[in-house]
Amino acid sequence: MASHPGQLTPAVRVRSLHRSFNETGGVLNGLDLDIAPGEFVALLGRSGSGKSTLLRALAGLDRGVAGTGVIDVPEKVSVVFQDSRLLPWKRLLDNVVFGLRSRDAAERGSQALAEVGLGGREKAWPHELSGGEQQRASLARSLVRDPQLLLADEPFGALDALTRIRMHTLLRKLCEVHRPAVLLVTHDVDEAIVLADRVIVLDGGVVRHDARIDLGTRRSQADPAFALLRSRLLAELGVEDDHDAVPGRHADLPVERAAS
Amino acid sequence: MATLTAPSRPVATAQDVRPVRRRLGPGEPIRFGGLVGIVALLAAWVVGSATGLLDPRTLTEPWTVLETAGMLVENGRLQESLVTSGVRAALGLGLGVAVGTVLALVSGLSRIGESFIDGPIQVKRSIPTLALIPLLILWLGIGEPMKIITIALAVFVPVYIHTHNGLRTIEGRYAELAETLGVTRGEFIRHVVLPGAMPGFLLGMRFAVTSSLLALVVVEVINATSGIGHMITLASNYGQTDIIVVGLVVYALLGVTADAAVRLIERKALSWRRTLAS
Repeated sequence: MASHPGQLTPAVRVRSLHRSFNETGGVLNGLDLDIAPGEFVALLGRSGSGKSTLLRALAGLDRGVAGTGVIDVPEKVSVVFQDSRLLPWKRLLDNVVFGLRSRDAAERGSQALAEVGLGGREKAWPHELSGGEQQRASLARSLVRDPQLLLADEPFGALDALTRIRMHTLLRKLCEVHRPAVLLVTHDVDEAIVLADRVIVLDGGVVRHDARIDLGTRRSQADPAFALLRSRLLAELGVEDDHDAVPGRHADLPVERAAS
Repeated sequence: MATLTAPSRPVATAQDVRPVRRRLGPGEPIRFGGLVGIVALLAAWVVGSATGLLDPRTLTEPWTVLETAGMLVENGRLQESLVTSGVRAALGLGLGVAVGTVLALVSGLSRIGESFIDGPIQVKRSIPTLALIPLLILWLGIGEPMKIITIALAVFVPVYIHTHNGLRTIEGRYAELAETLGVTRGEFIRHVVLPGAMPGFLLGMRFAVTSSLLALVVVEVINATSGIGHMITLASNYGQTDIIVVGLVVYALLGVTADAAVRLIERKALSWRRTLAS
């Protein structure tokens, strides 16, 4: 799906990044990371491992946090938050094009809405939309800015399992069309494997595990390679993978095909 | 996935067994329920006056009040007083709302502004505006400026408090969003801060309307040569309860109209809110 890092100037270059909120210890402790243009990276890690801190550092949202290090990010960075963060007093289209200065903003906004399956809903108020639709609108708001880097902080964390599967399909499709570099913070190992070209596990504020995913574009949880990768990642996260021993634990996630 | 046929469910045609009303809770809303109490009170007044239970010197008969109102309209006194009082209240209200809004914006949008403005207003808030009237009379005399400024002083505090609160409680996450969208400070204020503070401002407006009428009544009764309050004061001197009642009705109409106007604005301006839509 993406070219290998190192061949091109990376889209994101992070060197010895330190961040700490108090004197007792750092959240990020000399983290290094490269992301190639168009590469989809999923960032896993336990709570407190520094996932969100890294994402906020890349988004430039961590003013006032103590730290050192080098961060190179592209000019056009867009963030998708866990909540859709639509302004409740603006109609959908105005939300999507908010801050956009180009002359054809409205037209591009409508296009972006159509792309996420919300064509014709330009005049809707955010509260009239379901949670999944709101999150799709926030994706449209990001895409209309043509980002070179898309930062997503658990964007599907608040959605129900079925909606989440639909959003996975949509996100993959959009990324194949727009090809931004993506850093997706998630708690969900399956989500990381389904979506990403590369999975990174963060622990103690450094990269503990960094693996490419070579499962092709159609990824099925029934694939033994998928299961193997999952248990390896869970082990890196310090979780015993007893998934197979407890039948029905993932009943909410039926066999899923990542559409191309 | 197997195709499922719809299960044949017994359809309740003969009797609907659902509970008709919620078992707990006050029950179905009554149509025009808000008017029932008012009509009952008016009926009591009519009956009391007709049977002689209510001494006309205590409270004039309703028909006399209507007659007096007709007479006051005919000789133009009522309209004249109403215009005077209305203009007075509107000027004071407008001035107070403008000042309160500007101060709230300065104080809500900059820390320096807040440190200069917020403290004094919190102090002013604890002094009832009506207690300032003696000082205002010494400074401004007993003419119109004193009256308008008294009303404005009563009005600007609720506008300031609620607008400032609205500005300060705009969620940090929207500021964060605006930062990631590369929005300028001006755009942020116009598209995020001001609409976000709108509910607070309108709440302040509703309090302000009430305060302005209260202040209006006081300044008119104390020192006035015109207006509804003056009409009432004169009538009080001559024991004309019919004119007093007409004045009170006019005050009530002023209050209800002003409140309805603010609520109309609220409905228009906050149409994005689900609470009003449903």
